[in-house]
Amino acid sequence: MVAAETTAVAAASGILKLTWIIALLPVISAALTLFFGKRTPGRGAVYGILALAGSWVLSILVLWHFVQGGGTQASQVEWFNVGPFHLQLGQYIDGLAAVMLVVVTSVSLCVHVYSLGYMHGDKRFTWFYFVLSMFTAAMLDVIIAPNLFQLLIGWEVMGVCSYLLIGHWWEEKENSNASIKAFITTRIGDVPFMFGIFALIAATGFKTSNITEISTMVHTGAIPAGVAAVAAILLFGGTIGKSAQFPLHVWLPDAMAGPTPVSALIHAATMVAAGVYLVGRMYTVFIGAETWVLQTVSIIGAITMLGAALLALVQNDIKRVLAYSTLSQLAYMVAVMGVGPAGRNAAFFHLFTHAFFKALLFLGAGSVIHSVHSNNMSDMGGLRKYMPVTFLTFVIGSLALAGIFPFAGFWSKDELLVSTHDGHMWLFIIMVVTAALTAFYTMRMVWLTFFGAYEGHGHPEESPASMTGPLVFLAAATVGVGFLGSPLLHAPFFKWVYFGEPEAIHFVPWIALLGTAAALGGIALAYAVYKEKRERDPLEGALGPFWGLFQNRYYIDAFYMRAIIYPVRDRLSAAVYWFNQNIIDGVVNGVAALARGVSVVVYWFDRNVIDGFVNAVGSGAEEGGGLLKYLQSGNVQWYAVGLFVGVIALTIIFVRA
Amino acid sequence: MIRLPLVLFFSAFLFSAGVYGVLVRRNAVMVLMAIELMLNAVNVNLVGFSANLKAMSGQVFALFIIAVAAAEVGIGLAIVILLFRNRESINVDEVSLLKW
Amino acid sequence: MTGQEYAFIVLAAVGSISAIATVTARNVVHAALYLVVTLSSVGAVYLLLGAEFVAWVQILIYVGAIVILFLFGLMLTKAPIGRDSLDNQQRWVGVLVAFGVFAGLAYLIQDAFPLQDAVAAPGFRGSTEAVGQSIFHSYVLPFEAVSFLLLAALIGAVVLARKDDET
Repeated sequence: MVAAETTAVAAASGILKLTWIIALLPVISAALTLFFGKRTPGRGAVYGILALAGSWVLSILVLWHFVQGGGTQASQVEWFNVGPFHLQLGQYIDGLAAVMLVVVTSVSLCVHVYSLGYMHGDKRFTWFYFVLSMFTAAMLDVIIAPNLFQLLIGWEVMGVCSYLLIGHWWEEKENSNASIKAFITTRIGDVPFMFGIFALIAATGFKTSNITEISTMVHTGAIPAGVAAVAAILLFGGTIGKSAQFPLHVWLPDAMAGPTPVSALIHAATMVAAGVYLVGRMYTVFIGAETWVLQTVSIIGAITMLGAALLALVQNDIKRVLAYSTLSQLAYMVAVMGVGPAGRNAAFFHLFTHAFFKALLFLGAGSVIHSVHSNNMSDMGGLRKYMPVTFLTFVIGSLALAGIFPFAGFWSKDELLVSTHDGHMWLFIIMVVTAALTAFYTMRMVWLTFFGAYEGHGHPEESPASMTGPLVFLAAATVGVGFLGSPLLHAPFFKWVYFGEPEAIHFVPWIALLGTAAALGGIALAYAVYKEKRERDPLEGALGPFWGLFQNRYYIDAFYMRAIIYPVRDRLSAAVYWFNQNIIDGVVNGVAALARGVSVVVYWFDRNVIDGFVNAVGSGAEEGGGLLKYLQSGNVQWYAVGLFVGVIALTIIFVRA
Repeated sequence: MIRLPLVLFFSAFLFSAGVYGVLVRRNAVMVLMAIELMLNAVNVNLVGFSANLKAMSGQVFALFIIAVAAAEVGIGLAIVILLFRNRESINVDEVSLLKW
Repeated sequence: MTGQEYAFIVLAAVGSISAIATVTARNVVHAALYLVVTLSSVGAVYLLLGAEFVAWVQILIYVGAIVILFLFGLMLTKAPIGRDSLDNQQRWVGVLVAFGVFAGLAYLIQDAFPLQDAVAAPGFRGSTEAVGQSIFHSYVLPFEAVSFLLLAALIGAVVLARKDDET
C-alpha cells in the first residue's frame, strides 16, 4: 500500500518535470493558428481548443501530485550569462502554481470553446484565436516562471495580447481608444515593476533573478529590510497596473470594449489576477520588508474595494457592473494580502474561486449580449423565460459573487473575513460593508436582466451549445470548488497553497453568520428597491448628489484627462509652437540676414573664380569622356579581351618582381 | 604514374582554348561551351593535384565545380533563350546596349 | 615514361585537338560533338589519375546532361550555320590573347614544377568510398550549400525562361 503510493507520487513528479509543456502547448497552437488557421476547416479554432484541452489534463495531473502530498519541483536550463549574472529558463512548481495552472487552463479552455459560438462569423476569427492562445501561453509562463525575467516576459506578452484583444473591433474609435488607454495605464504600473526587478537583482549583487534565491536572501537578511521595502513597493506598482487597483484602475471598465470572452478570460479571471499572483509569489520580500509596505497594500486594496463596489451600483452596462465588481473582488485579495501569511492564503483561495464564478458571470453576460445585441440592462429584462440555461448558471454565479452558502464565494469570502478579524478591524468592517454592496448590485443586475418584462428589440433566444456548455461546466465548478477550502472539510486547498508551513483553518461561526447576513441584507434591499418596474433608476433619487459622482466615476477619469493628458497634449504642443515661432524662427531670420550680407561678397568670388574653375573641370571631363567613351563599346568580348590582357600583364609583373 | 607538369600543361591548353572561344565566338551558346572548357581545365588541375598530393579534397572540389557548372549552364541557357525571345538573335556582339 | 603517361599523352592530344575543333568549328552542332570528345577524354584522364568517381560524374553530367542542354539551346535559338557569322571580327586578337594566356601559364608551370625534375608519384586511387567519406565528413556544409545553389538555379532557370503571361 505504501509502496504503491510512493510509486504514484514518483510517477506524478515525473509529470511535474514536464509542467513546462503546459505552457508550450498554447504557443504551438498559436503558431499553427497563425500559419495554417485560415486554411483549416473551422478557421483554426481547433488548434487552440485541442492544445488547451491537453494543457488542462496535464494541469490536473500536476495538481494531483500536490493532492497526494507531493513537494515542490524546480528545474531550469541556462539561458545566458552576463558577467556574474546568470539567467535561466525553467519552472518552479509548488501547490500555488499548480492551482493557478488549473484555474487558467480551465477558464481558457472554456473561453476557447465559448468563442466558437460568440465569435462565429467574425472577420478576424483566426487572429482572435491566435491572440487567445498566445495570451494563455504568456499567463502560464508567468505562473511557472522561476525567475523575475521569465515572469516579466510573460507579463509583457500578456499586456500586448490584452491590448490586441480589447481593440479587436478597432474600427470603432471607442474600442481602439480603450485599448490604448489600457495599454498605457498598465504601462505606467510596469515601469516601477521593472525598476523593482532591477532593484532586487542589484540587491543580490547582480547575480540572479531567481525568485527562490531572492526569497532566501531576504529571509536571511542578506537583503536588508529597507531595500526589500523599496523593491516591494516598486513591484506592487506592477500589481496596481495589472490588477487595476486604485489609482490605475481606470483602464479595466473601458477594457470591456473587447469581445466578452476576452473580458472573461483576461479582465476577470486570469491576467488581472497576475498582479495578485505576483504579490503572493514575492511574498517573502513583502514580509521581509518594513511594515509600512504591507499596510500600503492593504490601504490601496481597501480604497479600491469600497470605491469600485459603489460604482458598480449605478452602472447600466452589464459588463461594466461586472468590471467594477472585478475591481472590487481583486481589491479584496490585494487588501487581505497585506494582512499576513494567513491573508495571503485566503486571498489565493478567493482568487481561485473568483476566477471560476467571475468567468461564469462574464460568459453568461456574453450569452445575454449575444442574444439581445446590447450591453445595456435597460434593453434587457425578463430573459429568464427565453434563456433558461444562461439564467440558471448566471444566478449560480451571482449567488457565489454575493457570498451565499454553499457557493464558492461564500467559503472564500469567509476565509478573507476570518483572516482579518483579528487585529485589522477597520479592514474587516470595510469588507463586510463591501460584501453587502456586492450582494446589492449583483441582485440589481440579475433582476434587471432576467426578471420583469423584456425591454429590448427582436426575439432573444438561448445561445448555442458551444456557449452554454462552458457555462454549465463553470457553474458546476462554482458550486464545487468552494468546498476545497471549507474548514468543515479540513480545507484541502490550504494544504496545497501555504506560506511557510500549512496552518490550521478555523471556522468562526459568528463571522460566517455576519457575512451571510450582510449578503442577504444586500439582496433583500435590492429586491425591495427593484421589484417594481420604474421609469428611472430608483437609486438616482436615493443617492442624491452621489449619483452624479458615481456616474462620473468620482471624476477620476476626467481628472486624469484634465490634469495629465490634455495639459501634456495641449500645453506641450503650445510650448513647442511658441518655441518654434520665437526662438527657432528668430535664429533662422538672424542667420538669413547675416547670410544676405555675406552672400554679396561671395557672389562676385563665386562668379569669377569658382565658376571659372568649375567650368574648366566640367569641360575637361566632357572632352576626356568624349575620347574615353569609345572604349565603352558595349561588346562584352572586348571587355573580356581587356580582362585577360590585364591578367597576363599582372602575371608578368608579379613573376618579374 | 603521370608526372604533374604534364597534367598541368594539358589543363593550361584546355584553358587557353576556352579563352579563345570566349573571346571570338559570336553565338552565346558557343561562348557557354567555351566556358565549360575552362571549367574542365580547372577540374583537370584539381584532380591532377589530388593524385599527386594523395588528398581527397581535390576530387571533392572537382565534384562541386561540376555541380556549379551544371547550375551555371542551366541559368546561362535560360538567359540565352530569354535573349533570343526578346531580340531574335543570340549574337553577343549585337547585345551592346550598355554603352555610351 | 610509363605506360600510363603514354596513354595520358594520347588522351591529352585527342582532348586538345577536339578542344580546338570545338572553338573553331563552322557548324554549331559539330562544335557540340567535338565538345563531347573533349569532355570524354578529360573523363578518361580522370580515370588515369585514379579519380574514378569524378570520371563517371564527368561522363554522366557533362556528356550526358550538359551537352544535351547545349544541343537543346542551339535548336531552340535556331543558331545560324557558317563560319563568318559564328566568329566576330577580333579573331586575331583572340588568337593573340589565348596564346598569351597559354604562354603565361606554361611559363608559370615550368617555373613552379619543372618538367625535367618531376617524378611520377606512386599510384593513388581515390575510390568512391573515399570520396563519399570526404564529402560527408569534412565537406557536409559546402555540400548542402551546393544543393541549395542547384535549387536556386532550378528556380531561376524556370523563372527566366518561362513565357510571361499574355495579360
